[in-house]
Amino acid sequence: MSFVTSHFNYVVVIVLMMGGLFITFSTGNLIKRMIGLAIFQTSVGVLYISLGKVAGGTAAITIEATSEAGRALSSKLDPGYVAQYGVDGVVYSNPLPHVLILTAIVVGVSTLAVGLAIAVRVREAYGTVEAGEIAAADQAAIAQADRRKSGGRGR
Amino acid sequence: MSGPLAMLDVGAIINGVLLVMLVVLMCAIARVRNLLTAILLMGVYSLVMAVWLTVMDAADVAFTEAVVGAGVSTVVLLGAILLTRSETAAISWKAMIAPGLAVLVVGGLLVFAAQDLPDFGDPASPANAYVGKLYLEMTGGDIGAANVVTAVLGSYRGFDTLGETTVIFAAGLGVALMLGFGERAMSDRERGRMPVNVSAGEDHVVLRVMAKLLIPLIVLYAFYVQFHGDLGPGGGFQAGVIMAVAVILHALVFGLDATMHAVRPGVARAIAALGVLVYAGVGIANIVHGGTFLNYDYLFPPGVEARLPDAAHHNWGQHFGIMAIEAGVLLTVAATMITVFYGFAGRSAEAVAVVGGDDTHGQNP
Repeated sequence: MSFVTSHFNYVVVIVLMMGGLFITFSTGNLIKRMIGLAIFQTSVGVLYISLGKVAGGTAAITIEATSEAGRALSSKLDPGYVAQYGVDGVVYSNPLPHVLILTAIVVGVSTLAVGLAIAVRVREAYGTVEAGEIAAADQAAIAQADRRKSGGRGR
Repeated sequence: MSGPLAMLDVGAIINGVLLVMLVVLMCAIARVRNLLTAILLMGVYSLVMAVWLTVMDAADVAFTEAVVGAGVSTVVLLGAILLTRSETAAISWKAMIAPGLAVLVVGGLLVFAAQDLPDFGDPASPANAYVGKLYLEMTGGDIGAANVVTAVLGSYRGFDTLGETTVIFAAGLGVALMLGFGERAMSDRERGRMPVNVSAGEDHVVLRVMAKLLIPLIVLYAFYVQFHGDLGPGGGFQAGVIMAVAVILHALVFGLDATMHAVRPGVARAIAALGVLVYAGVGIANIVHGGTFLNYDYLFPPGVEARLPDAAHHNWGQHFGIMAIEAGVLLTVAATMITVFYGFAGRSAEAVAVVGGDDTHGQNP
């Protein structure tokens, strides 16, 4: 199999990952940055799930090989392939990446909420969620404090 | 790889089409300046992702992605732009050069490195050949759950899942500490101050009737997903989010106020803590009965399990252990999502009341 077909999923993972990173880097808006991070996170999920896919496999919910569904699945595959890679006569995809990504998605939305909560508090403190304006407000506050300090000494 | 089947080609085409759709959606999200548009596109992105996950045989993950990505995270993001602003500042093309170059260089290096990854669908790759296959082979004898994902999640890697449940609880706590529990919005109403209703309003009869019909069904479905997790796709994480969605729907249609009186914020946060306690408590029960932490073979006191019905063919310790920790996960996930929603929604009721209409950036168009 050529590189393009056998590694297509990984190239898409990299494109999505870099896209998420680009959104995070290029925009100053804190909410948009969180969206970029969320896309970055899904790309990691795509990588894990792609690695866990087994050609000709089915979801990791065990079925009797002698049942109709089991026979239907096995009949589509080469018997030698089933004998080598199957479990009790049926080929399954790898369940371990599924477990890892399932919990990662729910943890991801929780951490997204934390990030957004910080953005909301930043907005309340600065009146903006643009990183550039926040930095400018900080600079202005520092300059003002310096002026007050030097003015106090002068008197 | 000797082509094991002809069917893979159809699967490969669907896989390719869906992945290209994801890339297109990602580009659209990167381009748009309106955050409302970006958030709705994120919802579409999540749904396409869920379809792709189904094609990849990851039924449980697809389920989670559909509920979390298209449901809860959209609501949380909308709550956030309601409190901030819905338009991003324009970016000049000069500001994109440095990030663009960095991304291109890193991406190029990653593509170069990706050549070492195993072929897509390779059953003999290190990831698939050892521990993953072992779980598939051993689950029938060790645990007896039909859904191997649930067996790995709840039992083989129960300790990881305890950690993840705790992270979710901690994240909910973090949001509540920053935004409050939304209780101030509730007490405003009790003191007779005019509340700002972020709901569909009294006059949307269709919405109210449909919501009344749907909410019990959604809760019922959540319980189905919860207790069917051993046999099919589902479990505590998905059921917890579905349960929270029922409460969020109630708040969107009947107003935050009515929901906060039905499910009090204090109750929600107590349940979130209780879930982690149930999970860890199950682990400790095993230690008390002579086993190791979260080893459900010792869930029952010695001698009790043998007297349970049909004990020769059922691993009751594992069955009940997984069921108990999934209940803990359900409680924590559902209550945390509700607490997070209360935090954002309560804040918006408060912020709109305080700020009033003087800030046009803060409002949704």
